[in-house]
Amino acid sequence: MATTARVGILQRPLAPTGVWSWITTVDHKRIGILYGVTALIMFLIGGLEALAIRAQLATSDANVISAETFNALFTMHGTTMVFMVVMPAGAAFFNFLIPLMIGARDVAFPRLNAFSYWLFLFGTVLMNVSFLAGAAPDSGWFGYAPLTANTFTPSASVDYWVLGLQVLGLGTLIAGFNFVVTILNLRAPGMTLMRMPVFVWMTLIISFLIIFAFPVLTIALTLLMFDRFFGTNFFAMAAGADPLLWQHFFWIFGHPEVYILILPAMGIVSDVLPTFARKPLFGYATVVFAGAAIAFLGFGVWAHHMFTVGLGAWATGAFAVATMTIAVPTGVKIFNWMATLYGGSLRFQTPMLFALGFILMFMLGGLSGVMHASVPVDTQQQDSYFVVAHFHYVLFGGSVFGLMAGIYYWFPKFTGRMLREGIGKVHFWIMLIGFNLTFMPMHVLGVLGMPRRIYTYSADQGWDLLNGIVSAGAFIIAISLLVFLYNVWTSLRNNPRVTTTNPWGASTLEWSIPNPPPVYNFAVVPTVRSLHPLWDEDANPIDPPALPPVDARAIHMPSPSYWPVVLAGAITLLAAGLLIWKQASLPGLVIMMASGVLMLYSLFRFAVEPATEPVHGHGAHGAAAHH
Amino acid sequence: MQYLAGVPEHRTSTGLNNRKLLMWAFLGSDVMFFGSLITTHLIYRGQSLTGPAEEILNIPVTSISTFVLLMSSLAMVLALAAIQRGNIRGMRLWLSATAVLGMIFIGFQMFEFYEFAHLGLTPRTNLFGSTFLVMTGFHGAHVTFGVFWLWSLVFLSFKGKVRQDTSLDVEIAGLYWHFVDIVWIVIFGVVYLIGAYGVEASDAAHAVAGMLS
Repeated sequence: MATTARVGILQRPLAPTGVWSWITTVDHKRIGILYGVTALIMFLIGGLEALAIRAQLATSDANVISAETFNALFTMHGTTMVFMVVMPAGAAFFNFLIPLMIGARDVAFPRLNAFSYWLFLFGTVLMNVSFLAGAAPDSGWFGYAPLTANTFTPSASVDYWVLGLQVLGLGTLIAGFNFVVTILNLRAPGMTLMRMPVFVWMTLIISFLIIFAFPVLTIALTLLMFDRFFGTNFFAMAAGADPLLWQHFFWIFGHPEVYILILPAMGIVSDVLPTFARKPLFGYATVVFAGAAIAFLGFGVWAHHMFTVGLGAWATGAFAVATMTIAVPTGVKIFNWMATLYGGSLRFQTPMLFALGFILMFMLGGLSGVMHASVPVDTQQQDSYFVVAHFHYVLFGGSVFGLMAGIYYWFPKFTGRMLREGIGKVHFWIMLIGFNLTFMPMHVLGVLGMPRRIYTYSADQGWDLLNGIVSAGAFIIAISLLVFLYNVWTSLRNNPRVTTTNPWGASTLEWSIPNPPPVYNFAVVPTVRSLHPLWDEDANPIDPPALPPVDARAIHMPSPSYWPVVLAGAITLLAAGLLIWKQASLPGLVIMMASGVLMLYSLFRFAVEPATEPVHGHGAHGAAAHH
Repeated sequence: MQYLAGVPEHRTSTGLNNRKLLMWAFLGSDVMFFGSLITTHLIYRGQSLTGPAEEILNIPVTSISTFVLLMSSLAMVLALAAIQRGNIRGMRLWLSATAVLGMIFIGFQMFEFYEFAHLGLTPRTNLFGSTFLVMTGFHGAHVTFGVFWLWSLVFLSFKGKVRQDTSLDVEIAGLYWHFVDIVWIVIFGVVYLIGAYGVEASDAAHAVAGMLS
């Protein structure tokens, strides 16, 4: 078998190991790991930003960092945690797991999948380069125009933010298309929609949210980009522009985005709870439809982020009612999870602890959230620390706890080794305590009147004690993360490989194959006959034990490709060229033209390259496989 | 020919081809792109403080270019029908006709932008200039991309890569083309016919209307 095949000007890489094999990989499992590792690194960076913020706010009249740095840090903390941590962490799970859960050998478009990852990575890098350039974004993660228009923010900071998000958002959008097609089209025989694990359902719903919500953000960013680079008037108040246009656009995107962030965690927990309660999920169909209802309603509630801007009583009232209705499907899910636990033989291993932590913390966040649906209450709490407490209970207590449950649960699937139980429990308890110490007092601070985004406060406000507790809690969360990192390190180094395919005794298809799975996932594509294929013994889809060893070379997998990373690089260079153009027009123009040519060329090569390289000796068969 | 294709396309759960489903998902998403731009335009209708606005829209001339674009969709249908019957030459003819009609439409749009610039309307002039030109420019970019796509299909057909058994490649390009056409119908209806209703027609529009009558 040849290790390389000549394709165009570059040798197509087919070697299975080494750095190049990762850069050119189209294997959904490797791409999932790349997403996960990147998200973890960004989590540490975003966490350090939070620690700096909390160091500054720990005492009154502090001088740890300047007001300008503080603005940049809360902006980048928010942007990082939303777009570069929780979203890619979700992407890590659905990249690695979706094909395994639906019985497929890869996603529908493996090269597009790699392309999505590289766009995400390069967009992340582009935005964070702003720190080195001394122009970190500092206008808040929602980038409200006209504050972000040239008139009020002439520095390049918003340019980095706009272009970084554009590049990153394009990757997200393409991933959305890919997973819609994958989940609808690549299911194994017998895997009907209502036999899919809840996590697969939630990923499908998220993908639809992405393809309908992200275009609105993309257009809003494009309009802002035109204003900032080419002098249009979309957000120019002097030309009669509407100061609320950006807010509407941002939250039409932003509220569905909230569900993009929480639904992966809901899916994970819906799969973890049955495994550790030893009984099926209570009301599977209800949980699925509740998820779809949340997503659908999520498009009709955006103005609850704008109750104080003066939309008028009718509009405000309608959005208040719509917001309250979201509590119904969310409550349905929580009752289903509790009913799943009722009467189960519960095992309190680490994934279960994080899943239970998720339910409790997310419920607290949901309760403070539904308070905001009430307009008078919201008017009181707008832009106070009460809101900060609310969304951290949902995004950290919800999303991060759910993702942690997923990491502990599927770690053997990802790596072939379990995480240490004892250290995991220590991690959970420190994190739970640190989390509540950090965010519970923020409710009180908010009610006492402490506003968001202030870089300091005076001693006579009486906020010192609570802020001190909050900051101490933040450092306890940091310690819990160090415990987690140590757990990952020592488990990878010292833990034995798991010997069974199904160490937790779970019911879903991904546990029917080895840990970690071979590159082709399923030696024989399984036939699914129930919602719990591994629990219903006589319908077991596991490869028959008597099956002779499979020759991996006989299974044609998509070949690695350079073009995803080259195309993503060209698009990022184009954005960087635009940034440079604003400072120095000629070099910027040269970079844009060069990267434009590279982009068109690599797009063409990407399009005409066969997905699977014909292999010598299998040529005829390989060709037949794709026409 | 293997546009963006993934695993072998033997069997899908829905029976729909992967790439076709991808195109449908993309078009659904594109509705939101155009929807956001058209909404912005409508929100700012009549809000411009200076410079020319809706009254300079030339409905008679744009009616012609709209008709041209509609006819290109007809040609696209005929191209697909030809290749599905195995008539490669017919497909080449109708694909070329589609592309040429698309190019004529772009020509009209360039003329329109050029004339507007003469009348003092650029993206920087006022709200109308920003919203109208960015929205229709975004649509024009879609048409231009489609024209490149159609010509590359014609080009590839000479290399034997567009055949009866790969007519799906033409069908997917057709989905895209018809969608872009439909978006223009919406823009023409909402922005031109309704948007310019009740405002004074420009001299240029009067002149062309006079020529046509």
